Amino acid sequence: MIAVIDYGVGNLFSLAASLKYIGADSAVTSSPNKIEDSSAIILPGVGAFADAYKKLEHSGLIPLLKRQAAAGKPILGICLGMQLLFERSFEYGEHAGLGFIGGEVLPIAGMVNGGVKVPHMGWNSLIFRQKSPLFKYLSGGEYVYFVHSYAATNCEKSVTAVCTYGGAELTASAESGNVFGTQFHPEKSGAAGLKILRAFSELK
Amino acid sequence: MLAKRIIPCLDVRDGMVVKGKNFQGIRSVESPVALAARYNLSGADELVFYDITASSEGRALFTDVLRQVASCIFIPLTVGGGINSLEDFDRVLKCGADKVSVNTGAINNPKLIGDAAKRYGNQCVVLSADVKRVDGKFTVFSHGGRVNTGISAAEWVYRGQEEGAGELVLNSIDTDGVKGGFDCEMLQSVCARLTIPVIASGGAGKKEDFLQLFKTVPQADAGLAASVFHYGEIDIGGLKEYLSQNGVHVRI
Repeated sequence: MIAVIDYGVGNLFSLAASLKYIGADSAVTSSPNKIEDSSAIILPGVGAFADAYKKLEHSGLIPLLKRQAAAGKPILGICLGMQLLFERSFEYGEHAGLGFIGGEVLPIAGMVNGGVKVPHMGWNSLIFRQKSPLFKYLSGGEYVYFVHSYAATNCEKSVTAVCTYGGAELTASAESGNVFGTQFHPEKSGAAGLKILRAFSELK
Repeated sequence: MLAKRIIPCLDVRDGMVVKGKNFQGIRSVESPVALAARYNLSGADELVFYDITASSEGRALFTDVLRQVASCIFIPLTVGGGINSLEDFDRVLKCGADKVSVNTGAINNPKLIGDAAKRYGNQCVVLSADVKRVDGKFTVFSHGGRVNTGISAAEWVYRGQEEGAGELVLNSIDTDGVKGGFDCEMLQSVCARLTIPVIASGGAGKKEDFLQLFKTVPQADAGLAASVFHYGEIDIGGLKEYLSQNGVHVRI
């Protein structure tokens, strides 16, 4: 069973529906027992980094997530959930993250050319940087759906795909061992997104 | 590179898709779930649902439809119509909407934009504005295009962005349903100062109209239409091929 962590951040309808659609056994939960018993974990999230991290802290699940990550369970962070996996974020001040992947989260506005619209919102195509088990059903160039104003950086070794925007290359996905992050929303990315979720659900 | 988006819009009344001309003469077309599935397969980048029901029975049918669509179609879904409070946001978000579009509700209470953005994030709040020429000035109309608010369109949409809207749908009442092309003049004039994504709406009649939109209004991130897609006059897959061949970056 895939545990989708419910810590009061964002709308989990589509994520739960997309997992059901691909036939993956999943549960939206904040129960430590269920998370402990799960075969894999998805950490969703929208909104601001500090606020989401605080909610995750309040849920009391951070020590458990750290143990699960260290034990090798597959973990997928989506959008803000991905950003939480890094060491720190500079969204409205400096805030510590979970530190599962080396690197930090910075504003897109400082990366792209002047006059380029932020948030980076819409469909952009993936350029693979490294082989990833999440991409086993993709061939490269697939369009996926992004909505974000901050992006992971200083994480070159972990980046598995980027997309180009406003003269910059933005981190689209990153991974370190059993921990994966997608900046885009696979649950909103049509057939390509479902293929990524299927690949994740098949990880052991 | 970010792709320009093609968005079919479905006006739903009593659980069925309807379409009128110049906001009038409404008639039923077909089941929204079947239509949404067809659009998804043909490459629609997003779907917009407007609830144009007045009754509470119709509203329940609408959320049923939304839940069904969100359970089998995994592209962004925007929902609008009758959104006047945070409770309305909640109601449609729980049924699978990703973004919520506010129009008259935000004109009556501009604070709704910021309150919703704080609770759900800017990405969730779409400001939709119906614009018409009045004495040569682009003016905002409320209540489905029936009431002249006297507010300048450019000022209103800029205020909406400052209040926290993450995206704008700009509908031209003058070109809606006429199928003579998008209102590029209005779009250029009204969204000149905006930095949020803009979805152009009203007037698409043929493929060339979308090409003209993207070539002449660089601020337009997406083109929205209803009847030309509903009646099959424009096939979304064919439209995207055509745009791509003519240098517009789209998701194929």
